[in-house]
Amino acid sequence: RRALSGATMSSGPVASAIRTKLEHSFLPHHLQVLNESSGHNVPPGSESHFKVVIVSRKFDGKSIIDRHRMVNTTLAEEFDNGLHMLSIVAKTPEQWKDSAEVHQSPKCMGGDKD
Amino acid sequence: SLHVRLRMSPAIMIARAASFTAARALLRPAATLYPAASLVSARRFCADSHDDFKPKRKAPPTGTPGDVQERIKQQVEGAPLVVYMKGVPEQPMCGFSNRVVQILNAEGVKEFKSYNVLADDEIREGIKKYSAWPTIPQVYIKGEFQGGSDVMLEMYQSGELSTKLKEAGVPISEGR
Repeated sequence: RRALSGATMSSGPVASAIRTKLEHSFLPHHLQVLNESSGHNVPPGSESHFKVVIVSRKFDGKSIIDRHRMVNTTLAEEFDNGLHMLSIVAKTPEQWKDSAEVHQSPKCMGGDKD
Repeated sequence: SLHVRLRMSPAIMIARAASFTAARALLRPAATLYPAASLVSARRFCADSHDDFKPKRKAPPTGTPGDVQERIKQQVEGAPLVVYMKGVPEQPMCGFSNRVVQILNAEGVKEFKSYNVLADDEIREGIKKYSAWPTIPQVYIKGEFQGGSDVMLEMYQSGELSTKLKEAGVPISEGR
């Protein structure tokens, strides 16, 4: 079944690249790419802090850390080019059906932003 | 009076000057704008011009990348629970680092080793290579990388973290 994407909360170049790569690598049932940079100590319009919510068959049988590594690897280029923080929620379709709850990212505490 | 040997450079003569009067005599006129105490020390005289004399906020580099990886290996294996974070447990400087600290508190962890990556650029970059993980915070149990803040949260919610901490012999408060 064709992967469907959820609503995006940002449309900058980094957000687009993240979305494209994750769609290509994971054929997700659900994908949200949320730019959370405005909640951090960075200039307006930054694309440095993101959250992704991704539901994919590819996570079946994989531990949490392995799922995160798969996502990190897919976005390695973005990490080399200014992506500073990535909060990941990675679930299988069954887990998503059981609980579509997404934890909130913690508040910025002002630290070193480079 | 000071016996001056003219073949020495002015900087050396300044550094060796035994008295303020002798030091002043050796300096160019512009230097008299500096306060008296600083004239005797050549190092202070150069304070604005060289990085070596600037106050350092962070730890100085220690060696090659290989040395850093070895240093990290010693660190992660040096305690049953090790956290690389921004800031310190008493005062985290990042919401995600703080979340890890809060989770460990909720688990009843009595003590753990932490490293502040904001105080050491070598460790900050080295730890990302060591674990092949691009972000901070990072948690290690018995020398093995466990994940970052999101992974910690999921493991805490599922109970998996509690099990791992007990198996590793991390000191936990009674009644957990």
